[in-house]
Amino acid sequence: MDNQIRVRGFHAWYGHHHALKGITMDIGSKEVTAIIGPSGCGKSTYIRSLNRMHESIKGTRVSGEVKLGDKDIYSMDPVDVRRKIGMVFQKPNPFPTMSIFDNVAAGLKLHGYGSRTEIQDRVEQSLRMAALWDEVKDRLNDNGMSLSGGQQQRLCIARALAIEPQVLLMDEPASALDPISTLRIEELVEELKVKYTIVIVTHNMQQAARISNKTAFFLDGELIEYGNTTDIFTSPHEKRTEDYITGRFG
Amino acid sequence: MYSRVLRRKITNQLAAVLLGLAAIIAVIPLFSILWYVLKQGISGIGVTFFTNLPAPVGVPGGGMGNAVVGTLELVLIASIISIPIGLGAGIYLYEYGNSKLGAVIRFLSDILSGVPSIIVGLLVYLLVVLPMGGFSALAGGISLAIIMIPVLTRTTEQMIRLVPDSLREASLALGATQSQTLIKVILPTAIRGITTGIMLAMARVMGESAPLLFTAFGSSFWNVNLDQPIAALPLQIYVYAISPYDEWHSQAWAGALTLVGIVMIITIIARILTREKH
Repeated sequence: MDNQIRVRGFHAWYGHHHALKGITMDIGSKEVTAIIGPSGCGKSTYIRSLNRMHESIKGTRVSGEVKLGDKDIYSMDPVDVRRKIGMVFQKPNPFPTMSIFDNVAAGLKLHGYGSRTEIQDRVEQSLRMAALWDEVKDRLNDNGMSLSGGQQQRLCIARALAIEPQVLLMDEPASALDPISTLRIEELVEELKVKYTIVIVTHNMQQAARISNKTAFFLDGELIEYGNTTDIFTSPHEKRTEDYITGRFG
Repeated sequence: MYSRVLRRKITNQLAAVLLGLAAIIAVIPLFSILWYVLKQGISGIGVTFFTNLPAPVGVPGGGMGNAVVGTLELVLIASIISIPIGLGAGIYLYEYGNSKLGAVIRFLSDILSGVPSIIVGLLVYLLVVLPMGGFSALAGGISLAIIMIPVLTRTTEQMIRLVPDSLREASLALGATQSQTLIKVILPTAIRGITTGIMLAMARVMGESAPLLFTAFGSSFWNVNLDQPIAALPLQIYVYAISPYDEWHSQAWAGALTLVGIVMIITIIARILTREKH
């Protein structure tokens, strides 16, 4: 499997806080890479720096290199970066003033994409990919907020998929959802990895073990261990990894 | 042990009674205003009140039609001037308000909203009335606009700040630029609150009389021209109320009822706008 994202010696700071300390990591194409670690370990900062979303917070600084394919994302326009690297957030955040249809079409319209029929096709296709089409096809004009929490999150996934990114970043996408909705998101991740490279931050180690090909363990801003998920969970090399996944801290 | 519990219970009850009393006293003025204005003013209200010009003492059938139109026109002029400026300033404070300049503007805007309205009238007298060579509807509208601007600036900024950051992030993560995010996501989400703020600001200046004294000046004739003095309900009420004639007193009450009625309608609409959810 070739690598889609290559991170080399990457540091990030919030003001004086050194949040990421020299991360070097390759993220495989069309795989699911899980990022685990205790709260405050830098995993959210890390995933947000992959599409430069961390820049929306004042006083952030980074050094090092993040490459998407052969392009350095820190010398690209952030707007382009985010079109290629989509993101799904912890809490479902559909646009409250828009219908279900318009939520999915939002990205397309922002980029002045295509004709009406093209947009319609793309919306349907995205909702199907997000496994939401059958539930909403008769109420596309309803407000996005009328959906349940789990449906809203799948709507947000459809919205991210509509602009056809290469990579999908998911920042604890199921942590605000009930177990059944969580299961649906996990099934969805399983299906999406056929087409997309997925990086998912999760607090839930069972979830990481269930859905990911590779797992990275972060602690205090450092990448402690990174490898095949089965290896990380069955025979970790690092004592700290073992302590964390066996629940001795964190 | 037991007595302490009892004492706490009594203190608690006492506090509840006192606070409840304060709350009741706080709304008594409103109800007395509504009651008196309605009682005194209703007899003077009729079709002619809204269609006729003020009549000299002793001549029946006078009205305040020109003052009603004048007040609406003044508030319209004030809104046309102040809404773009207030909204623009509010958006600026939201986007760039964390800078030194933003803090200064926010502070100055707060001071401006505390300046007595008669001072605003004096300022406009110097800056508009004197150069234009006379009192005018435009000068009146400008002085009301100056009162509205800081209110609108603050409300706009606050309403935009109420939009959750998660929506901003959602938009940016789709590859939207800052300005696209503002126009397509943040403003539509905040628009209801901003509209409410605009309506409340309009209601607030509608009852102003001090800043109109040496700007719009008042008039006994029909006028919609911007460069002529124009009548306004609060001015007309003042003139009639200090007169010695019973007839005019009853007209003043009718004018007061009209003013309170318009303000209440606007406030209620604003209220409904805020409450209504999808």
